[in-house]
Amino acid sequence: MKAGRREFLKLGLAASTALIPLPTFAQGAPARVVVVGGGFAGATCARALRQADPRIAVTLVEANGTFTACPFSNAVIGGLRELSAQQFTYDRVAAGGIALARATATAVDAQARSVTLADGTRLPYDRLVLAPGIDIRWGALPGYDEAAAAEMPHAWRAGEQTVLLRRQLEAMDDGGLVVISAPANPFRCPPGPYERASLIAHYLKTKKPKSKLIVLDAKDAFSKQRLFQAAWAELYPGLLEWVPLSKGGNVTSVDAATRTLVTDFGRHQAKVANVIPPQKAGRIADAAGVADRSGWCPIDPVTFESKLQPGIHVIGDAAIAGAMPKSAFAANSQAKTCAAAVALLLTGGAPSSPKLINTCYSLVAPDYGISVAGVYQPSAGGQLAEVPGSGGVSPAGAPRASRAAEAVLAEAWFRTITDEVFG
Amino acid sequence: MGRTLAAAIGIASIAAAAVASAEPPAGAASCSGCHPASTRVTSPVPRLAGLDRAAIVRAMQDFRSGQRAATVMDRIAKGFTDEEIQAIAAWYATQK
Repeated sequence: MKAGRREFLKLGLAASTALIPLPTFAQGAPARVVVVGGGFAGATCARALRQADPRIAVTLVEANGTFTACPFSNAVIGGLRELSAQQFTYDRVAAGGIALARATATAVDAQARSVTLADGTRLPYDRLVLAPGIDIRWGALPGYDEAAAAEMPHAWRAGEQTVLLRRQLEAMDDGGLVVISAPANPFRCPPGPYERASLIAHYLKTKKPKSKLIVLDAKDAFSKQRLFQAAWAELYPGLLEWVPLSKGGNVTSVDAATRTLVTDFGRHQAKVANVIPPQKAGRIADAAGVADRSGWCPIDPVTFESKLQPGIHVIGDAAIAGAMPKSAFAANSQAKTCAAAVALLLTGGAPSSPKLINTCYSLVAPDYGISVAGVYQPSAGGQLAEVPGSGGVSPAGAPRASRAAEAVLAEAWFRTITDEVFG
Repeated sequence: MGRTLAAAIGIASIAAAAVASAEPPAGAASCSGCHPASTRVTSPVPRLAGLDRAAIVRAMQDFRSGQRAATVMDRIAKGFTDEEIQAIAAWYATQK
């Protein structure tokens, strides 16, 4: 195998005078792929690129030395888990031959094919993978800026914000009002606000049973809705109230000083307010010119190459992935598909139509899990679409043993995926 | 020169194809989101690498038809054709 590859490289040099467009490897030098963002999408992709073809020189650009995972961070907020269980280093990733650039990527020159880091360093690439996750749209919700987030945490990027929200709940007296506001679609982790509501309700029921939780929603429907609502009626009656858009749930402004959320129908002054704000693709997507007016990034569903900038691929939450939700599982699945496509493109191959899976577990209580799953493929219209007849949510009315089994599977999923990405 | 070039390109294509054939078939890469790739992980979900090909095919078909009880695999198996299941099973059977 090794000899074969070396032979291939030598022959590639000989072929470089041909008039056909040559894959990067045929030009002699190892191909360079830069991956920006070290979350579930980016770190998976960096590793999968090396696995697909160890000749590829992979650089992973990530500003943080520690990754803090969002899945299961609602359990941290609900006091069921510590933040340290959410944190992973890049030591094992780097040990796999991936160059780690601990920096923020600030600019991309798509013509010259280089990424600029905050200190001015330029990283040339043959192909670039952007996996920047989300940014908050500061200012999209009047009154909600970075200073307001210190009073009314979003906790939608795990870390300090997660701990802040938990501390606020712990400091609240029994009988207090907790308010969560959920944004319009699309946003990271569609069932996330409702899992969070569930686990905060669990905390209140257990520790502060005279309290009340209101979810103000900018939507009339949400992921796994019937399952969540059936579980809420069973587990948290009278404690958790969901207010949809049509009943005045849309939050139009907030006042951080008084922890007040304003809707068209009234004002809610909370003791603890969790504002899950509107979002967009992480900043570098804009700088690279791969985000469209929606703030997210249109991509080719076979290669995840940007529809706006050739040579740049976008994966994970930042991408417009059709029917695929913005989840860690989807990000991991997309990253492996993208890595295989990039490796093939670098050798002059043509990637074939992929199939991708998503599975998302939500905890409604520590021993009560529900899930949604889907299988996706590129449609004739050039979008990732659900394979007809596949997927769906856990059955309604399933016995508690089955919900308990899904809670166990949820934790097993987290151990498995984080081991694949960071272990 | 022309012949050398043609030969070189020919061999290069074969080499590229050899790299490509190691790639997992459609859908297979997603499995390791839940099925541990590593033996380090403790999970009720089985590792697929090195499993018997026919056993994987049977499991997927039974999940798809509803013959085998499942939590999520019934919903996932319904997204795959017989040919895709065969290819995925064959690939995992050869993994270590």
